Amino acid sequence: MNVMNEKKNLMEGIDERSSWRDVTPGGFVYGSGNSEYFNTGDWRTRTPVWKPDNCRQCLLCFPVCPDSSIPVYDGKRGDFDFGHCKGCAICAKICPFGAIDVISGSAGAQGSMK
Amino acid sequence: MSGNQAAAEAIRQINPDVIAAFPITPSTEIPQYVSAFKADGLIDTEFIAVESEHSAMSACIGASAAGVRAMTATSSAGMALMYEMLYVAASDRLPIVLAAVNRALTGPININADHSDSMGARDSGWIQLYCENAQEAYDNLIMANRIAEHPDVMLPIMICQDGFITSHGIENIVIEDDSEVRTFVGEYRPGKYLLNPSESLAVGPYSVSPYVIEMKRAVHEAMVKAKDIVRLVSEDFGRAFGREYGFMERYRMDDAEYAVLLMSSAAGTGKDAIDALRDKGVKAGLVKLRMFRPFPARELADVLKRLKAIAIMDRSDGFSATGGPLNAEVRAALYGEADVKATGYIYGLGGRDVRVEDFFAIFDDLSGLAAGRELPYCRYIGVRE
Repeated sequence: MNVMNEKKNLMEGIDERSSWRDVTPGGFVYGSGNSEYFNTGDWRTRTPVWKPDNCRQCLLCFPVCPDSSIPVYDGKRGDFDFGHCKGCAICAKICPFGAIDVISGSAGAQGSMK
Repeated sequence: MSGNQAAAEAIRQINPDVIAAFPITPSTEIPQYVSAFKADGLIDTEFIAVESEHSAMSACIGASAAGVRAMTATSSAGMALMYEMLYVAASDRLPIVLAAVNRALTGPININADHSDSMGARDSGWIQLYCENAQEAYDNLIMANRIAEHPDVMLPIMICQDGFITSHGIENIVIEDDSEVRTFVGEYRPGKYLLNPSESLAVGPYSVSPYVIEMKRAVHEAMVKAKDIVRLVSEDFGRAFGREYGFMERYRMDDAEYAVLLMSSAAGTGKDAIDALRDKGVKAGLVKLRMFRPFPARELADVLKRLKAIAIMDRSDGFSATGGPLNAEVRAALYGEADVKATGYIYGLGGRDVRVEDFFAIFDDLSGLAAGRELPYCRYIGVRE
């Protein structure tokens, strides 16, 4: 989809052990789509629960997700990516079919930290 | 030509891609002249009339990150409103050029010259050059892009001239040929930039603790290297246009025993005073610091170490209760390097004139200091006692 994403990850080799000489000027991030590498799922204090039986695959939920926590394959959403879901519950609010419940706590749902 | 006109002429010749500015006395004329150049078709700069100085610097940051040359002008409270974004510009390593016209920072509200505005930005990571007159304002702006954009530097730069005294005073200056200036300034070729269709880039990301100190260390290194680049660009400027600039100007310093050290327009008055003192046989000299950031500590110590006594003159009071910022930094430069007696003065706040007689009084103090008289660490001059 995005030609730039297919380019080599220029940030490879820069991490929390890098010398100040190797950190990019201005902390610029060379490349895009790298929020995938930042696991934010452990910030969650409430958790969405997907109910596939109620879900009509209308796909209103995935574009409103502020992260990348609702994977879509072949035009259909799958279960949440709890490695990134922060539990904001915007998806539950937008769902017209009651296919997403929100329960309190960080666990209690399927999926694992990616 | 006034200092503001001189700055505008330099901008016309540089023909930057973007100017984003908001009017504030006494720098208002600079964007005003530039917008006239734009209307007359003399430049193809994109002129963004923003709603505040915070937005002016933000727009310059956006333009510079996009990969083009961005400039602005401001003074006083306008610079204060930019402060947050000044730090962002330096941290993002964007070579923005700011034509600063020094004016007292409110309060009390006042529109005249002192250095409290740019001194507040002295720790922001900007290079700072200070100008005595319109010619220096013009010349330093012509050099500014090359200093800031050098790959070893990549830091923003402000060229400071004194409000009204320089910005509105009329004097004869040399304006160089357009094509020669453009050749000297050259094209800007950014490394990584947002409008590059073949590379994706994120600018100004949130930085967690494992990265912040590394980024600051890199800015520190750039500021260290900026010294060499200021020197090289100034030498190149001297070869191209015949006017020589160092980190400081030394006026009658070769055999001087006593000297004053200051920045910007008051140096002109100081030189007159020194000529008069020399006629009376006083071995007086003057050091006019051009480059405050990076601070040329070692070079200053070398110049000052042979003196019997030095007076350090600040056009702002940092309210440390021990004197202004120049006083503190020059003394720090001398510490362990030179055993020179020093005393500090705060002068010229809010546009108060500094007179030849004030310099005479200072040199009287200096001969007393050298003879063992006790003087305060710092005191005001030109104030009603």
